[in-house]
Amino acid sequence: MSKQHVTTQINGNSVEFLCETRQTLLEVLRDELHLTGTKEGCGTGDCGACTVTVDSKMVCSCLFLGVEAEGKSIQTIEGMAQGDKLHVLQRKFTEHAALQCGICTPGMLIAAQTLLERNPDPTEEQTRYWLSGNLCRCTGYNQIIHAVLDAAKELRGAKS
Amino acid sequence: MNDIISEKKLKVIGTSPDRPDGVPKLTGTAQYGADHSLPGMLWAKVLRSPHAHARLLKIDYTKALALPGVKGIITSADLPEQKFDYLGPERVAQNFWHMTRNILAREKVLYEGHAIAAVAATTSAIADAALKLIVVDYEILPHVIDVEEAMADNAPLLFEDMITRGVTPPPTKASNISKRIQFQLGDPDSAFKTAEEIVEMHFKTAPVHQGYIEPHACLARADQDGQAEVWSSSQGHFVIRTMTAKLLGMKTGDLRCHASEIGGAFGGKTVVYLEPLAVALSRKTGHPVKITMTREEVFKASGPTSGASMTIKIGVMRDGTLVAAEGIFKYQAGAFPGSPVMNGCMCGFAPYDIANARTIGYDVVCNRPKAVAYRAPGSPISAFAVESTMDMVAKRIGMDPIQLRLKNIAKIGTPLLWGAKHGHAGFAETLQALQKHPHYQSPLGKNQGRGVAVGYWFNGGGESSCTVNVNEDGTVVVATGSPDIGGSRASTAQMAAETLGIAYEGVRPIIADTNSVGYTQATGGSRVTFATGMTVINACKKIIAEMCLRAAKIWKIESENVIWEDGSARPAGKRAGEFPPLTFKEIAAKRTATGGPIVASDSVNAEGQAPGFSAQFCDVEVDPETGAVKIVRYVAAQDVGRAIHPKYCEGQITGGVVQGIGWALNEEYIYNSAGRLENAGFLDYRMPVASDIPMIEAILVEVPNPNHPYGVKGVAEANIVPPMAAIANAVHGATGRRLTDLPMSPPKVLAALDA
Ligand code: FES
Ligand code: FES
Repeated sequence: MSKQHVTTQINGNSVEFLCETRQTLLEVLRDELHLTGTKEGCGTGDCGACTVTVDSKMVCSCLFLGVEAEGKSIQTIEGMAQGDKLHVLQRKFTEHAALQCGICTPGMLIAAQTLLERNPDPTEEQTRYWLSGNLCRCTGYNQIIHAVLDAAKELRGAKS
Repeated sequence: MNDIISEKKLKVIGTSPDRPDGVPKLTGTAQYGADHSLPGMLWAKVLRSPHAHARLLKIDYTKALALPGVKGIITSADLPEQKFDYLGPERVAQNFWHMTRNILAREKVLYEGHAIAAVAATTSAIADAALKLIVVDYEILPHVIDVEEAMADNAPLLFEDMITRGVTPPPTKASNISKRIQFQLGDPDSAFKTAEEIVEMHFKTAPVHQGYIEPHACLARADQDGQAEVWSSSQGHFVIRTMTAKLLGMKTGDLRCHASEIGGAFGGKTVVYLEPLAVALSRKTGHPVKITMTREEVFKASGPTSGASMTIKIGVMRDGTLVAAEGIFKYQAGAFPGSPVMNGCMCGFAPYDIANARTIGYDVVCNRPKAVAYRAPGSPISAFAVESTMDMVAKRIGMDPIQLRLKNIAKIGTPLLWGAKHGHAGFAETLQALQKHPHYQSPLGKNQGRGVAVGYWFNGGGESSCTVNVNEDGTVVVATGSPDIGGSRASTAQMAAETLGIAYEGVRPIIADTNSVGYTQATGGSRVTFATGMTVINACKKIIAEMCLRAAKIWKIESENVIWEDGSARPAGKRAGEFPPLTFKEIAAKRTATGGPIVASDSVNAEGQAPGFSAQFCDVEVDPETGAVKIVRYVAAQDVGRAIHPKYCEGQITGGVVQGIGWALNEEYIYNSAGRLENAGFLDYRMPVASDIPMIEAILVEVPNPNHPYGVKGVAEANIVPPMAAIANAVHGATGRRLTDLPMSPPKVLAALDA
């Protein structure tokens, strides 16, 4: 099988890679580029563990082809902290014990980030619905919701 | 034993510091099972049976092996035969004759998804293509999925020579019943005759999957001299080592297993599926080999816990005194013996003081994947039946359900069905905490109901080891053998810091590989904070003794005149006040001059664990149009002994409850008439999502365990025991209909409403 050449942006860096047309963005990220922070929980779009953003839109990278990344800008969990500074959401997730095993955490964080970019002051219900595509089997979601709402509050404070 | 609890005020225990392994998990650098790779690595895939039950006549993989990029293929012919023998205590007995057949089928395939062969190739796409080139000749056999049908006289047999164990004289005819067990206390038959009211009910539960988000995954590399190394996502890398070495005929010491970060397990990662295949393929090909399961494979070939059929009979006086109880529990084991039915028989009535009781259990094989532990294995199933019946008992005699339970609650000294006596308090305290909740008496809305249930779990002790190393700057590294699933590095670091009298931030907890720390049993049974905690505390006490010796050397005084207080050595006795105290850090800095490395190791086979107990109530609203059950409020009280890290204790409770909500309302395995699983994915096997549920309210009840220096009881499991019954009882309150068949999915609720 001949491979396709793809030029894209990942976490602000230009990246080139070769991939087979059948390969998903998730496979490319994990197996070709060794960005294993994005997780595979199902491969069928049902768990959200593989959530990344493509041009600021939330996407299940297991349902997105690697070749579709051509000319796009992708953010993965590896791009969330800025240098030695964690993102507010990341900080709040530890503070609230919002992760147990942590396998859902990268996808949850990306999903929460896109929520707060669109809605800086979500209600609990809005947060629950926004995150309903991200399965967590460990926490029962309480602490995740608290962490996101608390991060939203801090971010709003920072802006005003 | 409880000197530390009483003698000083705790500084670190009972606080909720950030977990030491948090940042790598937040930034994506933590390495889970599928995240490891090595240069030259091959990808392996497993060929699985499309049939529920068939004889394997022939496996021909010559074409697959000829495919460019394929480096090696294994079948059961590559694994040594194992002796037929049940090893270990009955409750968790293992039979390697079965295990090797579950890893790779031999004479027969026994369920859809049963592994037949594994292929290693240079890419996963090539490995996939190779699977399609393997030709298997099957003789398809009739199959059986349901437990009652599997017990029937004319049922298709999974093992043509299986004679039920635990029956005297042994039956002469083979059956699918692997084992019968019975426990009895007093004389239930006579006692039932004295009861003023008797309630008898039948129940059915569906198998449910542990549902961890991380599929099974491992990486292995083998050397030509017989050594091998494994990185895998598991609850116990020592377990992986023991099983893999035995299944492959290796020397235990030649196999070094590393615990990767683990993306959830709940009991489902206490066995091997992939590791022996990866090592065998690596040996055969001379390359590192990585195998990961797809979600479909996880559903079809790993887990789940048993489904069951049960009958419960409870006899009561009108004043609420329980006089007799009986439970018959038939648990599906899946394709190989070993359901948790014994636990079900032991836990069901354990919360209560009932002088006359009997439980009978059957372990039944059927054409489903082999059942594996799932959070408090066996107990949630029997509790669904017992606690639903208890609700009907309360309603029959017109008593408040918490009051009925409190009246009969087990106390220290209450005899247990299996001959022991209850050794710990905490049950009544937990029920009382629930009863005091302001909403327990609050009014309910239209179509709403409230349900109560309790749950018991043994909790665990057992073997754990650790090594504590003091560094020159006064920090310490605590290496244990316990994989950390839900925050145990935080709790062990807290216990170490508390014991040593140093800051939590000065402790770096790690999980050492199997060849770098002493033997440690799997993370399971709610044992880690108790047993591994105990060995860490012991090792820290040894460090303190050593630090005192070093201080004595520095001061040139007798060591018996040095005491340890608040993280410092102080001269005492006749030397009191002679020198200013030496801090942990100061002594650590003088390591070389005072005798070299400061290290302590410790191992325990911990006993004295105290059982877990949870009491819960929930309010539901039933939609009369759709039959959907909505959880409106959920309150869960649990006796945690002492909360080392309260936030993670609460997390265990909320997590367990939400798993229970899924078990109660949605989750089940759906088989078609050919014995194939029809819902092997998260879309159709529907676990709770954030929008399905409200905030779960956790109440931490602390009745310390006197057998642990800090009072720990273990928190991870008791919480999943009550929800199924609590919800069924609430649905009964809302609708007047008793749902006895899990899950209580909308069609079943609608059918009950229409009945
Ligand atoms: S892995 Fe993509 S949604 Fe589950
Ligand atoms: S923390 Fe384990 S799945 Fe969410």
